[in-house]
Amino acid sequence: MSKFTDNVISEIKRDYIQKLLSQGSRIDGRGQYEFRKIEIIKNFIPRADGSALVRLGNTQVLVGVKIETGEPFPDTPNTGVLSTNAELVPLASPTFEAGPPGEEAIELARVVDRGIRESKAIDLEKLVIKEGELVWIVFVDIHVLDYDGNLFDASALGSIVALKNSIVPAQRFGQGENFPLPVRHYPATTTFVKIGDRIVLDPNLDEENIAHSRITITTNEEGKINAIQKGLEGTFTREEVLETIKMSIESGKYLRNTFILGDDQK
Amino acid sequence: MGGMATDIKLIDENGKRIDGRSFDELRPIKIEAGILERADGSAYIEWGNNKIIAAVYGPREVYPKHMQDPSKAILRARYNMAAFSVDERKKPGPDRRSIELSLVISNALSSVVLLEQFPRTAIDVFIEVLQADAGTRIAGLTAASVALADAGIPMKDLIVGCAAGKVDDIVVLDLNKEEDNYGQADLPVAIIPRTKELVLFQMDGDMTFEEIERGLKMAIDASMKVYELQKEALKRKYINLAQEDEQQ
Amino acid sequence: MDKIREIVLPGDEIDLMGNKPGNGIYIDNGKAYVEYLGIKTIKSGYVNIIPLSGRYQPQKGDKVIGKVVDIMPSNWAVDINAPYLAPLHVNDTPWKVDFGDTGKYLNVGDTIIAKIMSVNEVKQVWLTMKEPGLRKLEGGHIITVSPTKVPRIIGKDGSMIKMLKEMTDSRIYVGQNGVIWIDGSIDAILKVVGAIRIIEKEAHIIGLTDRVKDYLSKNKKGD
Repeated sequence: MSKFTDNVISEIKRDYIQKLLSQGSRIDGRGQYEFRKIEIIKNFIPRADGSALVRLGNTQVLVGVKIETGEPFPDTPNTGVLSTNAELVPLASPTFEAGPPGEEAIELARVVDRGIRESKAIDLEKLVIKEGELVWIVFVDIHVLDYDGNLFDASALGSIVALKNSIVPAQRFGQGENFPLPVRHYPATTTFVKIGDRIVLDPNLDEENIAHSRITITTNEEGKINAIQKGLEGTFTREEVLETIKMSIESGKYLRNTFILGDDQK
Repeated sequence: MGGMATDIKLIDENGKRIDGRSFDELRPIKIEAGILERADGSAYIEWGNNKIIAAVYGPREVYPKHMQDPSKAILRARYNMAAFSVDERKKPGPDRRSIELSLVISNALSSVVLLEQFPRTAIDVFIEVLQADAGTRIAGLTAASVALADAGIPMKDLIVGCAAGKVDDIVVLDLNKEEDNYGQADLPVAIIPRTKELVLFQMDGDMTFEEIERGLKMAIDASMKVYELQKEALKRKYINLAQEDEQQ
Repeated sequence: MDKIREIVLPGDEIDLMGNKPGNGIYIDNGKAYVEYLGIKTIKSGYVNIIPLSGRYQPQKGDKVIGKVVDIMPSNWAVDINAPYLAPLHVNDTPWKVDFGDTGKYLNVGDTIIAKIMSVNEVKQVWLTMKEPGLRKLEGGHIITVSPTKVPRIIGKDGSMIKMLKEMTDSRIYVGQNGVIWIDGSIDAILKVVGAIRIIEKEAHIIGLTDRVKDYLSKNKKGD
């Protein structure tokens, strides 16, 4: 149907999800802090300098990394540049529209960017070719293919996996031998939503549609927090926020050990 | 398209192309139907190193209403390239090329879709090029046609195509990236397989009448092979729904 | 009989074998061709193509479950999973609604069982709720399946749906448009949803009824 009707939430569904949650159940049978099934295909796009296709339940996100030479920012002449962008293309959902990135896409890109940047995942100081003049610019492009909730975690996971497997294409730019992109930290991003007074990890679309508030937390391998974004119009109590941060550190470990560092993943 | 003076030899003395194909050989092609959850219909195609997804939404009511056609559906195709799909990062968003390709693809699909069955609606076709390797418009159109069938859209036939071209003065089938960059001509063709009528036909470069005649025949013959792959992909997805049991 | 029927695709030529062309078939130069993906059936002298995918195509008399998506002074716009929104006029409800009071009876996001009262030649659909059993639904859960799966979920002479209801002690209403309402205890709803997902996925292999029965007898949760 039209964009308009897809945005209307069925009251019956809303009540049902809330009723289930009040009894400790979720609409797809998961536990409160359980992720949907995750699958990652690394290097799905060989033409990119790094890439990862992430399936988080029915949500599918493709992240591609492109690395080019360019000028550094004047205030950081001795570091490379990270640029993160997201496209919510209308192929992925009846509610997405063609056109320049809207506020949702920009928030998504900025939250993913912040996690990578603040965890200092990429050693940007090693990406200087000539100080103040020429550096490597790392473009992370998030291309959403199928939207069934929680784009934040799928995109952040795809981004760090793609970056970890990226090669700086120095030869292509006449800058010597290609080398692996220096990635030294492994941020993991987890998102929770609050529905009624219940909090769940990794909301699917039905849950996301009726959520009042959302919180996205990025943690590193030392269990430190690198980025937080509280989203939507609702609120969290202080206790709830602290609880989600604690859970994020735990869930982040799972993501990191299984999907980011786990080299058995194809 | 080239005519560009280069020293690159694209066809060797044995008539083999740089990827080892003979002049009339297709690249490997893989098609899968129904790969997205949200879309009404979808398809994925790998054609050489092209990786392309197509999705269909609709028929659905058109907003804003003044865009509606009271006598038929409007078919709107949107061809888009991911930023990382090409060697040099592409700035996101439509450029003049993708707008033109969206138009010729919309026209090609509209020639078979039975638009008059759904007045006032839109059938939206989205083509996302995830990795580009020459021939994206035809590969995208071929996938879009599978996605339309997957969405249950009524149409007179599928649409399928293939490009021919000219490389080192030889007419060849299905140009790869190097041939597209350094060859002499590109001739993308798409047809209605049942009638062999042309629904997309473009050319740029430098060809004689006889070369076009030969290229066109090669492209149409190859399209019919790709058509078989389209049908197999659709049947693979639906085969288990065609079994009868005691319930009906 | 477990028999694979042939899948036909747009543009396939078909042999009418002396029958008349029915749904999903067009004639060109005296030959018959398929319009959409489906399976070929012959019934009462007509060859029809039964679709295997696609949106719900409203048929007069069908009972459907719809979601109210807009309110006007004298009617509501209802999403019934069809290409078009279906209007419901105040005169076609069991209520006496004053002009502009539509929102007091049905609100955006509400779910109703309604009947397709008419479909005209340009596919405009009107709904009615003026008949026993047609009503606003409250409580329970709503799921959506492809409308092409509806006959499987209902089963022969309603056998499948009857079994689902009896074995789970739930109330179930299957709209012809593929929207299904399920009411009962949460356990019952989860079981019914799980069973419907089985029917959707594996509907067409012999022994479906037994497999669904097995599933319902076990203490498993669906999705």
